[in-house]
Amino acid sequence: MVGLELLDADAARDWMARTAAAVLDERDRLTELDAAIGDGDHGVSMVRGFTAVSAALAAAGELSLPGAVLLLAGRTLVSSVGGASGPLYGSALRAVGKALGDAGGADGKQVGAALGAGRDAIAALGGARGGDKTMLDAWIPAVAGFEFAVAGGGSLDAAAQFAAGAAEGGAEETVPMEARKGRASYLGPRSVGHLDPGAASTVLLFRALADAVG
Amino acid sequence: MKKLINSPDEVVTDALAGIAAAHPGLSVDTKARVITRAAQTRIGKVALVSGGGSGHEPLHGGFVGTGMLDAACPGEVFTSPVPDQMLAAAKAVDGGAGVVFVVKNYTGDVLNFRMAAEFAEEEGISVQTVLVDDDVAVQDSTWTAGRRGTGATLLVEKMAGAAAEFGGSLAEVAATGRRVNAASRSFAVALTSCTTPAAGRPGFDLPEDEIEVGVGIHGEPGRSREKIRPARQIVADAMAAILDDQPLDPGEEVIALVNGLGGTPLLELYIVFGEVASVLAARGVRIARSLVGNYVTSLDMAGVSITLCRADEELLTLWDAPVNTPALRWGV
Repeated sequence: MVGLELLDADAARDWMARTAAAVLDERDRLTELDAAIGDGDHGVSMVRGFTAVSAALAAAGELSLPGAVLLLAGRTLVSSVGGASGPLYGSALRAVGKALGDAGGADGKQVGAALGAGRDAIAALGGARGGDKTMLDAWIPAVAGFEFAVAGGGSLDAAAQFAAGAAEGGAEETVPMEARKGRASYLGPRSVGHLDPGAASTVLLFRALADAVG
Repeated sequence: MKKLINSPDEVVTDALAGIAAAHPGLSVDTKARVITRAAQTRIGKVALVSGGGSGHEPLHGGFVGTGMLDAACPGEVFTSPVPDQMLAAAKAVDGGAGVVFVVKNYTGDVLNFRMAAEFAEEEGISVQTVLVDDDVAVQDSTWTAGRRGTGATLLVEKMAGAAAEFGGSLAEVAATGRRVNAASRSFAVALTSCTTPAAGRPGFDLPEDEIEVGVGIHGEPGRSREKIRPARQIVADAMAAILDDQPLDPGEEVIALVNGLGGTPLLELYIVFGEVASVLAARGVRIARSLVGNYVTSLDMAGVSITLCRADEELLTLWDAPVNTPALRWGV
């Protein structure tokens, strides 16, 4: 199977739809991960948010730009999720959409730059850095992996696959970390030994992107 | 799980309908999820808006009324509200003198209120934010999320609310709120976990003979797990944590709040208050004002939080000022 060369509006919609399906499938796992070191609402929050995104995109009708799709998705997450994940994922997708600008179809290089803008939005809003046991620990390697693959001449499809794998690796690396941001940080050393739920849901987002363009 | 609910998804909506039916002094927008006073904000009065996840009742909706909050925004259970709610609240209650957001220091609350403040400023409403972070169980540092906002939230909302009724400017009301927060320290102990309606089972398992020490108000585990001991020893440890962080000299005065987390009888809360009073008496610290009850709760969690606020004449005047809300009422 040959993947897409450009991320267009339909592919962006497909990305969001696949993310919605993935968080629904993984709701209980996300909730369990969050119950261990947070307050146990991450699965429910993500499902509420991406269900709202699906409804908003359906109501919006024809959108010709992938950037417009992701701007609407981000705005909807901010307005529907609450908690930390709403503003963080919402701002990230808004930043991705904004960076895609008026491109009708974005190539690997453009998508990589846009994903980087998403990562930067999370860092700027949340104030976290790599190693703090947050979603950034999956975002940072995912974006780096994506850009690395594109720089090596890889296709959009291959880069997205590479990014999803890197996100998974980054999420696994949160297990031995001690949380320094978010609610898990209140546990101090007791947060060690658990996968960060935000990193786990980030894996779903990047896996959905790979599936959408693959 | 046995709960008096209709459906886990409708908990907040159904509770808001009940609040609206029970308290004619409040105006409840169940769609926008904003609770305001039924009366419009007096022109020129600074408005106070707070909010946070549901599950901490009577915080925050029960503190809407004369002398305290102008509006409260309830989120889903243990999930901060969304910026749209705070923006709707700010627009509804701004009396032209600006709005103070009282925000408990949790990442979600901070981020959503920050976005709401930006949106409000874009619409021409001046906003000042007071961050509440009184929980000494969490070590503060530049690199972490910092201390949690717990029992002191009530004290901040009461005294900043009074400052607003007395005609304080936006800067003055915010400064009062920050001063109360800076003067307050809290510590909490849980005897059980709590069960969110959506999860349907306790957030953590706690053996019959163990307690979680240094918990917050969201069912998250605390700093350490210890064996249950007599109340005297548990309070001694909690008071040591508070007084190590903010030493009080003989002759100083405090407002003391002993707050139930939702599942502890008042009888036990009074036992705790008695122990708090003995510790303070031994240090020569005077309890100028006291409050005992369930005010900042964590659903059905059994446990208690202790909050001490170093008081002075000005703060006591603000504390004694009339307040007329569903959960706190005096002087009216």
